[in-house]
Amino acid sequence: MARMTMVQAINDALRVAMRRDPRVVVMGEDVGVNGGVFRATDGLYQEFGPDRVIDTPLAEAGIIGTAIGMAVNGLRPVAEIQFDGFLAPAHEHVVNHLARIRWRSRGRFTAPVVVRIPSFGGIRALEHHSESIEAWYMNNPGLKIVVPSTAYDAKGLLLAAIEDPDPVLFLEPKRLYRAFREEVPEDYYTVPIGKARVAREGRDVSLFTYGAMVPVALEAAEKAAQEGIDVEVIDLRSLMPLDVEAIVASVQKTGRVVVLNEAPRTAGAAAEIIALINDKALLYLEAPVIRVTGFDVPMPYLLSEDLYLPDAERVLAAIREVRSY
Amino acid sequence: MATREEELLAPYLQVRSVLGVDGTPVGPEPDLTPDQLREIYRWMIFLRVHDQRLLTLQRQGRLGTFAPFSGQEACQVGSAYLLEPRDWIFPTYRDHGAMMVHGVPEVNIIRYFMGDEWGSRSPDGVNVFPISIPIATQLNHAVGCAWASKIKGEDAVAVGYVGDGGTSEGDFHEALNFASVFNVPAIIFVQNNRYAISVPLHRQMKSRSIAQRAIAYDIPGVRVDGQDVLAVISVFREAIDRARSGGGPTLIEALTYRYGPHTTSDDPKRYRSQEEVEEWQARDPIERMRRYLVARGLWTEQEDEDLWAWAREQVAAAVAEAEAMGRPDPAAIFDYVYAELPWHLREQKEKLLAELARRQGEVKSHG
Ligand SMILES: Cc1ncc(C[n+]2csc(CCOP(=O)(O)OP(=O)(O)O)c2C)c(N)n1
Ligand SMILES: [Mg+2]
Repeated sequence: MARMTMVQAINDALRVAMRRDPRVVVMGEDVGVNGGVFRATDGLYQEFGPDRVIDTPLAEAGIIGTAIGMAVNGLRPVAEIQFDGFLAPAHEHVVNHLARIRWRSRGRFTAPVVVRIPSFGGIRALEHHSESIEAWYMNNPGLKIVVPSTAYDAKGLLLAAIEDPDPVLFLEPKRLYRAFREEVPEDYYTVPIGKARVAREGRDVSLFTYGAMVPVALEAAEKAAQEGIDVEVIDLRSLMPLDVEAIVASVQKTGRVVVLNEAPRTAGAAAEIIALINDKALLYLEAPVIRVTGFDVPMPYLLSEDLYLPDAERVLAAIREVRSY
Repeated sequence: MATREEELLAPYLQVRSVLGVDGTPVGPEPDLTPDQLREIYRWMIFLRVHDQRLLTLQRQGRLGTFAPFSGQEACQVGSAYLLEPRDWIFPTYRDHGAMMVHGVPEVNIIRYFMGDEWGSRSPDGVNVFPISIPIATQLNHAVGCAWASKIKGEDAVAVGYVGDGGTSEGDFHEALNFASVFNVPAIIFVQNNRYAISVPLHRQMKSRSIAQRAIAYDIPGVRVDGQDVLAVISVFREAIDRARSGGGPTLIEALTYRYGPHTTSDDPKRYRSQEEVEEWQARDPIERMRRYLVARGLWTEQEDEDLWAWAREQVAAAVAEAEAMGRPDPAAIFDYVYAELPWHLREQKEKLLAELARRQGEVKSHG
């Protein structure tokens, strides 16, 4: 075991994957000599050389498009898109090819590409560097979508994603890259995609969230505890597929639900989770579900970022409301 | 004997220059008055002081992530200096120098990098599009804008800015193709500073120049010494004249260098040497122009000192003004999403304002 930040755990996962599987290649802008703008690929170029750690031209459509071709022909590309907002030029390849190559070739071809994307807000970045893009792709069948919130999960989920037979969008909360250090095993292990994690057990209210909002949820839960409200925090970890069993089990237990995502409100992941609860667990509810989300506005520039991002106070207000309904 | 390929490429590899590194003319000087020459020099010094000051402010935590352009002043000034107010520019995050030359107040630039959306709002009548961070996208906007001028029978020109790395994006090629097919009055201006963050130019392309890409689109392409402001102005004069008179687009590649990091989040020591930086600093565009002006008897040491002092005062005043502005109005994040606020945004806005009022009340009652 070693104590690692999340970005170190991701780096470690890539190294472990590349050592055990020669099909794994890492590609993207500045991932080689520079080790990635967040240093997620630091040292890989030195260990594995320029054929497996590839500094690409500045062209996201080219990166994802060629990764698809590589994957179809037997490689396991792990492509880095430098920031969430810059997947946009590759949107074409993600939705029109990556997501559906298995389907339209009736299983003849698959493209097990992992697209790693530093994601979400909270680091005071310039415009287009703080986007929540998960819902764009949840509505697009054929992709798995994974969002870790701990260093342990980041490594285990990334290794699972590389092993997965389907394409995975791996959204890394950049705000958590260096927010903490945790014990992380140095060897190979996986965390299954599609399984949520109980981040905090509780009896009174279920709080479903993921990514950079997990620490916010835990902070709100601590505050709620001081008021005698026992909150269960579920870290979803995987948005596609969702862990329906974990969601239903928690709803059955508490009957009161808050869903939290930092993306804009309308048609966000929270809306889907509420619809799922409606489908599978409506009769267990003792109060209407409340969602805490970002606003339906473009991500503000840094002076107004905090107005936008849900914080523990906003979550606590929702917890109180759902508890006292 | 030169091969056919070499003959074809030669004009696109040749670098246009007016001033040698020591400031002596090596090519035909553009037709500019002494006042204009001094004004150009003044702009470059102002931009250098501005850039260094903003870099310091960022280090002090008074600014967000910042992209410095020091080293590229000749490109910034030379590309915008001859434009008329009716002309347009479509800048990147490293073109705030050109933005100011074309009429954006310095305060806007500082507010932008402080993290205020109002910094992206050009004053009425200033035809400067907001900074585009998504690489190369602005080139198609520039082409469309120029195309509209043509359709409307107007003679305004549009300049689209991009870096060497940006030439790898599909948008760069699509913009050149549209500009060519529809023969629009656009100038695509590539500042080739040899790196896209850490990635060197030879990793972006195998072509021997960026200018030669004009061959494929059958439009004029020129390569210019980007550390030579008079050369940049000369090639822009030709490109602007051509565009205005219906002659269509031009691709300009300027050879330049950024002295500083890509942005304040970058550590350039990981991918380039100090010697390389110093080699380029020895070709400094400001020093070169100063020597030229002094040699022509248009400038003195004393004037030089006064000019740097003047620039520092200007910048200090703008910084003070920007910092006195405080935080932007929270309501504004909702107000500009649509022309009219739909119900759900009205609801969200009211909720946020109520929450802010409540929190302020709590702070007061606790304090
Ligand atoms: C579509 C897109 N992809 C990636 C980025 C991240 N990024 C910002 S600047 C940059 C390098 C740009 O290099 P270049 O075009 O040479 O311009 P320079 O910064 O050197 O002026 C990258 C990769 C971005 N802003 N937009
Ligand atoms: Mg560059």
